[in-house]
Amino acid sequence: MRPEPAIESLRAQIEKIEGRSRRVKSVLPFGIAEVDSRLPGEGLALGALHEIAGGGNGAIDGAAAALFAAGIAARTKGKVLWCLTRPDLFAPALAQAGLPPDRVIYVEAGDDKTVLACVEEGLRHGGLGAVVAEIGRLSMTASRRLQLAAEGTGAIGLVLRRWRRQTEATDFGQPTAAMTRWRVSALPSPALPVPGVGRHRWLVELIRARAGESADFELEACDDTGCLALPAHMVDRSRAQEGWRRGASG
Amino acid sequence: MVVAADVAAQAAGLRVGMPATKAQVLVPGLLVQDAAPAADAEALDRLALWVLQRYAPIAAADPPDGIVLDTTGADHLHGGEQAMLAGMIDRLAGSGIPARAAVADTWGTAHALARYAGRSILISLPGTAEAAVAPLPITALRLPLALVDNLRTLGFDRIGDLLAQPRAPLTLRFGPELGRRIDQALGLAPELIDPIRPEDLIEVRRSFPEPIAAAETIARYIGKLVVQLCAALEERGLGVRRLDLLCHRVDNITQAVRVGTALPVRDVKRLTRLLCDKIETIEPGFGIEILMLTATIAEPIDSKQTVTSLIDDAVPDVSDLVDTLANRVGGRRIYRAAPVASDVPERSVCRVPAMSPETGATWSGDWPRPPRLLDRPELIETVALLPDHPPVSFTWRGVRRRVKRADGPERLFGEWWKRDAELVAVRDYFRVEDDAGERFWIYRAGDGEDAATGSHRWFLHGVFG
Repeated sequence: MRPEPAIESLRAQIEKIEGRSRRVKSVLPFGIAEVDSRLPGEGLALGALHEIAGGGNGAIDGAAAALFAAGIAARTKGKVLWCLTRPDLFAPALAQAGLPPDRVIYVEAGDDKTVLACVEEGLRHGGLGAVVAEIGRLSMTASRRLQLAAEGTGAIGLVLRRWRRQTEATDFGQPTAAMTRWRVSALPSPALPVPGVGRHRWLVELIRARAGESADFELEACDDTGCLALPAHMVDRSRAQEGWRRGASG
Repeated sequence: MVVAADVAAQAAGLRVGMPATKAQVLVPGLLVQDAAPAADAEALDRLALWVLQRYAPIAAADPPDGIVLDTTGADHLHGGEQAMLAGMIDRLAGSGIPARAAVADTWGTAHALARYAGRSILISLPGTAEAAVAPLPITALRLPLALVDNLRTLGFDRIGDLLAQPRAPLTLRFGPELGRRIDQALGLAPELIDPIRPEDLIEVRRSFPEPIAAAETIARYIGKLVVQLCAALEERGLGVRRLDLLCHRVDNITQAVRVGTALPVRDVKRLTRLLCDKIETIEPGFGIEILMLTATIAEPIDSKQTVTSLIDDAVPDVSDLVDTLANRVGGRRIYRAAPVASDVPERSVCRVPAMSPETGATWSGDWPRPPRLLDRPELIETVALLPDHPPVSFTWRGVRRRVKRADGPERLFGEWWKRDAELVAVRDYFRVEDDAGERFWIYRAGDGEDAATGSHRWFLHGVFG
């Protein structure tokens, strides 16, 4: 089918309004066909802002969300700037998700405002692979600034939404300029033939994706290279065994 | 006569001003050395120089026994006033100099508080100078000894007594010196610090026929000064680590801005940027007449040859970003994590400067670690079989959770090579998962059999994703 000229010109207009004049839209694929096919461009857009929050109690501790962000950051190139206000992140866990300590620079800021300023600085710099911000409130204006900063350099911006109280988590419904919005919550791990905890499993919800549709995935947590995986019962057996042999650590 | 007495000497009964013969009687075998005021002053100057390079752009010796510094615009590099003073005192103590420090609105107040308040670190809030000095003895006012004696005869003991008196009769009786010192302490009269300058200091300055005040104008002249400074640095092959901008105002007050860099820098654009980020902290008042830029710490730059390669991507340099952020949030708040050889989880991570060389070291061990580690382990109530079963259920922060699956124990030992108390201490860590799928990292202090190894209480230490 030939593209309709009217639609094409409308698309061009929308692009112009959105201010996206990037020549190459590069993406960071998850490496899982089921997830990548649901994302516009077959992967997480580089040079864009992505929001991640935890579900349930994860909205406060943000543990699964932090590992999810670490996994994404681990698969980028270059150093990672991690801006936080509460220094309870345990670096050995990030190393197990594929982010060795040499790659991560932490900035401990006093308040959310400083975090935002540091993240923006990091995104504008251009030499970083990913910039992670742990923050509670994120206004439309602030997220727009970050999104523009990321567009300018091609670094991936990951905003880890983390609140002090469960009731504040309703803030996650407010619109922001982020490209995608994810919610990661812990699921029971698969039963093993022996006593013990299997590879951690998450419910990963793609709540919002610009120019895409939302979706839910049940995924296995990051391995030591930051890659997620599909649970064994959802793919054929040979693939599952390969996944196990690769060594589940997180 | 005894000129100086440290803590050990005072414990032996020696006092400043005591005749030397008396001291020799009190302490048999006392070694008497002649006082060398010139050498003392020189040593104090050296110390002031060190403080200047390390802590504040305006510093000077305050003889006979003090150093005065204007920390405005400099404490951010050390994580705030408290952290800066604590660090300074620790370092001085490390080189055998017991010191006390105080921050106050004025030189006079800080002088009095550091010497007479009896605390090693004291930070008085802005605007509280009068209340802070009132309870101190009048000797704290830097008055001549004869004047102090006269005041004592009249019954003045505390500064507060003097402040309560009408000024005119005091001036009539004791001359203008008393009033001047009181005003200096309260900030009513200006007192300038004549900053010490190292001999080979690289500095550039510019004076203006017409005082400047607008931020844009200041930024423009900073740009010009940085160019000059970089040219001077280039001649000597140096890069700057500490850069001070001193703004002399029309009303004879100097405002200072200090920026620090992680590695020696000689890049005009970068230095201008660092300084211009701080313009908002300058209060121009009625206008600035002299701008002065000094490279307080300059180090040789080792220039590297870069090889352009078709295969490898060049590793992008992030040191400029680190500098920008360090000057914004403080140098200690930007860091990398590095492994420490310790089994105790909270001690296995240390902070290293963000630009320290990469070692490639990481944590060993295949046991999973939680991404969030609680500040201090929280006590939980459990139902558990001893010695080596995970709990069946536990209560944390008022919520009872049934343990569905568990992994462990992973036995971790204390640092027995460092502390005797940890010779036998162990912790048994379990990774547990509750009904809802939430995973936690809990441990039992002790091995479950021998009470000497720990209290056998259970703690929650981390949250897994």
